[in-house]
Amino acid sequence: MAVTAEKKLDARKLRADFPIFEQQIHGHPLAYLDSAASSQKPRQVLDAMNALYETSYANIHRGVYDLGERATEAYEGAREKARVFINADSTREVVFTRNVTEALNLVAYAWGLDNLGPGDIVLVTEMEHHSNFVPWQFIARRTGAEFLAVPVDDQGELRLDELDSIAAHGRLKLFACTYVSNSLGTVNPVERLTQWAHEQDAIVVVDAAQAAPHRHVDVQALGCDFLGLTGHKMCGPTGIGVLWGRRELLEKMSPFELGGHMIRKVTLEETTWNELPHKFEAGTAPIAEAVGLGAAIDYVTDVGLDNLEAYEQELLDYTLPRLEEVPGVRLFGPAAERRAGIVSFEVEGVHPHDVAQILDWDGVAVRAGHHCNQPLMSRLGVPATTRASFYLYTVPEEIDRLVAGLHKVTKTFA
Amino acid sequence: MSELDNLYREVILDHYKNPRGHGVIEDADVEAEGMNPLCGDEISIFVSFDGDKIEDVKFRGRGCAISQAATSMLMEMVKGRTAQEVASLDRDELLDEVGIPLTPIRLKCALLGLGVLKLALHKGKGTPLPEEWAGLAEDLELK
Repeated sequence: MAVTAEKKLDARKLRADFPIFEQQIHGHPLAYLDSAASSQKPRQVLDAMNALYETSYANIHRGVYDLGERATEAYEGAREKARVFINADSTREVVFTRNVTEALNLVAYAWGLDNLGPGDIVLVTEMEHHSNFVPWQFIARRTGAEFLAVPVDDQGELRLDELDSIAAHGRLKLFACTYVSNSLGTVNPVERLTQWAHEQDAIVVVDAAQAAPHRHVDVQALGCDFLGLTGHKMCGPTGIGVLWGRRELLEKMSPFELGGHMIRKVTLEETTWNELPHKFEAGTAPIAEAVGLGAAIDYVTDVGLDNLEAYEQELLDYTLPRLEEVPGVRLFGPAAERRAGIVSFEVEGVHPHDVAQILDWDGVAVRAGHHCNQPLMSRLGVPATTRASFYLYTVPEEIDRLVAGLHKVTKTFA
Repeated sequence: MSELDNLYREVILDHYKNPRGHGVIEDADVEAEGMNPLCGDEISIFVSFDGDKIEDVKFRGRGCAISQAATSMLMEMVKGRTAQEVASLDRDELLDEVGIPLTPIRLKCALLGLGVLKLALHKGKGTPLPEEWAGLAEDLELK
């Protein structure tokens, strides 16, 4: 008898865990193709948060009473789950933040302001989400560092051939790069990029917002120095994310937000900081949200990230050719095997908002807009795109309904 | 009739595909532009006057069907009228012409052209920008 049976993802079965699908939208079942913006939440996550509030809720890290201890245990338990999820060395390196935006701002302020200056280069890529673009542009200006971006080619992949000429501009101090493009789904070779940046003595910040929900993210294997992920894109609640950072860097950094809990001792003359990771967690923490993230990690881990990645590849293989058959549809981004479950496209002569509105009446939810990716949109020569994105509950019927809806769009505008 | 047929009714699609008053007036007396950053809708409007009268008006732009069709309808509505008259044009007059139910987000699409036109008249003839436009002008990045 075989020791292990191959476990395949059963989206139809998983879908039953998500109460949101029990409703009709404009008289149709919900086809939710906007998980890259935010994923839906399974009952297991909602129940975990509710259970905390109903049975074990109190403020954490203070109370000597039983409830406070249980709440602290739940919160710190979630941190341990997050540590395992990204294969970090220690929970001291796992800082809870509000989302990836806050994680990246934390690094930009707490590391960037003290370590960047004139003659230094801060490098991003043309495909960064504004959250991994604007903070660096801002901090570079504040510190007098030069701000540069790795260009993107016509297929929506990074121009790796440009790296060395970029580095020749000056001292590369920091490279901020997304693991997976939120607009195009492009999967970047983060390990290779990290190695290259380290050869230039730069530190590497990885935005894993779109990667962590869909594939194994192993901070030790990637070799990066900081990495951010967010709970709400991976079945967890909003308001909770993770910044992972190398301990030696986090220890040297100034705090980001100041206030309660992040201190060791406060006197009129001076304040000293709490130990890691608490130095970076000022104020009352998002306790239930952390517990929700822990439950989401359990849920996604139970599904299996390998299964999830393989399933999304199947969906891509199904989707891309079908979209290409719709007259007037132009796809952006690389081939299926080099992307995650995100498909951006335009319908010739029709603004994405009109596309999304017509799809909405059939209960098909897609994102239309610039996806917080204005430099990338300029590069692609479009003001906006329509984007469909998948997750573990996406079923092929939803793709069929997207395709049928697009035929309706082209018919309406014919 | 479904909501879809209602919103993308024939007249809207016709104005979108065959916009009236579309183009540039090379020696315009005044021009103004605006965009809706949310959608990326962009509209530029060119006006030439005969005294106080709008002798000719044209627009150029890109964006969703609602923004482009509403501006096309606006061009037909205002040609030959005085700057003062159009500056005090109630937005409902345009919205009645557009004639479709609009969510708050799509309302901004429909009113972009009117905002840009009133700005052009303000620049050309010093007509007031009504108070209700103050907030909208910020939302729509008029210049």
